[in-house]
Amino acid sequence: MSTAIVQLRGVSKTYTRGKQSVEVLKALDLDVAQGDFLALMGPSGSGKTTLLNLIGGLDQPTRGEVIVAGERIEKLKSSALAAWRARNVGFVFQFYNLMPMLSAQKNVELPLLLTKLSASERARRAKIALTVVGLAERASHKPNELSGGQAQRVAIARALVADPTLLICDEPTGDLDRKTADEILGLLQTLNREHGKTIVMVTHDPKAAEYATHQVHMDKGALAKEEVP
Amino acid sequence: MKYFPLLWATLWRKKTRTWLTLFSLIAAFLLLGLLQAANSVFNGGGVQNLGANLLITQARVSFTSPLPLRLLPQIEAVPGVESVSFSQFFGGVYKDPKNFFPQFAVAPERWLKTFTECTLPAEQAAAWKNSRTAAIAGKQLAERFGWKVGDRIPLVSQIFPLKDGSRAWEFDLVGIFDNTSADSCPRMGNMYIRYDYFDEARLFGQGGAGIYVLRIADPNRAEAIGRQIDQMFENSPDETKTQTEKEFSLNFVRQLGNLSLILNSILGAVFFTILLLTGNTMSQAVRERIPELAVLKTLGFTNGGVLGLVIAESLLLCLLGGLVGMGLANAVMGALAHAPVQMPPLKADAHVWAIALASMFGVGLLVGLPPALKAMRLSIVDGLSGR
Repeated sequence: MSTAIVQLRGVSKTYTRGKQSVEVLKALDLDVAQGDFLALMGPSGSGKTTLLNLIGGLDQPTRGEVIVAGERIEKLKSSALAAWRARNVGFVFQFYNLMPMLSAQKNVELPLLLTKLSASERARRAKIALTVVGLAERASHKPNELSGGQAQRVAIARALVADPTLLICDEPTGDLDRKTADEILGLLQTLNREHGKTIVMVTHDPKAAEYATHQVHMDKGALAKEEVP
Repeated sequence: MKYFPLLWATLWRKKTRTWLTLFSLIAAFLLLGLLQAANSVFNGGGVQNLGANLLITQARVSFTSPLPLRLLPQIEAVPGVESVSFSQFFGGVYKDPKNFFPQFAVAPERWLKTFTECTLPAEQAAAWKNSRTAAIAGKQLAERFGWKVGDRIPLVSQIFPLKDGSRAWEFDLVGIFDNTSADSCPRMGNMYIRYDYFDEARLFGQGGAGIYVLRIADPNRAEAIGRQIDQMFENSPDETKTQTEKEFSLNFVRQLGNLSLILNSILGAVFFTILLLTGNTMSQAVRERIPELAVLKTLGFTNGGVLGLVIAESLLLCLLGGLVGMGLANAVMGALAHAPVQMPPLKADAHVWAIALASMFGVGLLVGLPPALKAMRLSIVDGLSGR
């Protein structure tokens, strides 16, 4: 039996906008095993992205425990949480979120700026990450010189370069055509199967969810059902 | 240093805007360099090379009131005075009114003995003593007009006509003086004619000279000697005011008004505008890349790290504009040194550079801090969703 890398216990999240409070997550429990590829599905407003943000340490729960990679991250202070993210989590976003003024190589090197690696070592590791995603020959290209699929590969390389335990993907194929989406999902599957990366992916797309080893459906801030494809 | 490529790339994210802001900063620091250098001159920095052991005795009322030459023996007799020269401002223009430069009527022997930081070849000194219409010029002045020894120099005096009523004087250039090997001659833009010829030929004012220039043995006694001379002529028709050459020059410049206040007011207005302009640019630049800053935080950059990056970007922009502006100011000052200007050469000394660097860091911090604080406080979730 695999060890749970993500453990959520009684996690609630309430947003307050003006006088209105909206409870987005309701006393949610969830375990994600090490090496799992989990697809979080559900309608808009069901709390998928909020859950993803909590797992990735981008946001704090209103109540409950969030234990990821052995750390109670809801208890970490801002700077410690930032360092924890840099060590443990790689992020892939729907719209790639690359730095438009940096080359693919420099974008991938960004997380390594926070390490004590030398410039040459940073460059070497970025090159390897780009090779893993099949974009080594595009290293010098800027994001606006890349297709959507290529830009997402660069984003995946950036997420991988610091060798995190966990990959958090928020609609990684939401901006791509079917063929390119399949390529990206195939790449994520390879990273999961061959490199042992635990992946938590939010998606609306049932076809994308088929690449995952588990699917969790959410509705109105709670887990609705769990499936193994 | 490892963040420099990121900072540099971020700075040039919007090239046109960065160039326009840089031009504004360059213009502001060019102005700062020039005006602060001028300020430094007006406050004594530009007259540092004037002799510490030279005193100027002028009429107490004003240096435009001549002193009679009969005071000479009494001044010469004051203990500590090594030599005395006297001079009368001639006020001539060369060919065209815009070709103005200082000319003085002096006694050659006394001039050579008093102004020892300037050197004149022996044969040229002899020629100056031997011809009543002879004149000498500083090397800088000769180069400005392309003069060489033997040239006849026509001057139209704005003050002194000849006895026939004409204002057209002519002098023979017999010598060109230069710095000595040890000292820098601060009179290289001047021309000196012979007092005896001038005094005899002028229509009025015979027997008077504008100032006496005294070389003293011990600069530490300057005040005491000056006081003694002034006391000698107290309550006489020719009361005097004696001061160091440096003080005399500064007082001359200060007649123009409180230039420091004027210059600093101009700079204040310029930098206030630059603060608003650059501040607006930086705020806009940061506002536009809120999602990118959120991504940096997502990747593990701390709030303090993001604050530091934005401030560093602002400092980089201001340092870049400031250093280029100061570099241009130095180039302009270098060019002005060879131009026909009636003031000591401008130079951005350590004091001016200190002000410029402090301004670069000050502006950089002031304009960078508000957007940097905003970036620091940015919530990742809000930033990623573009809120």
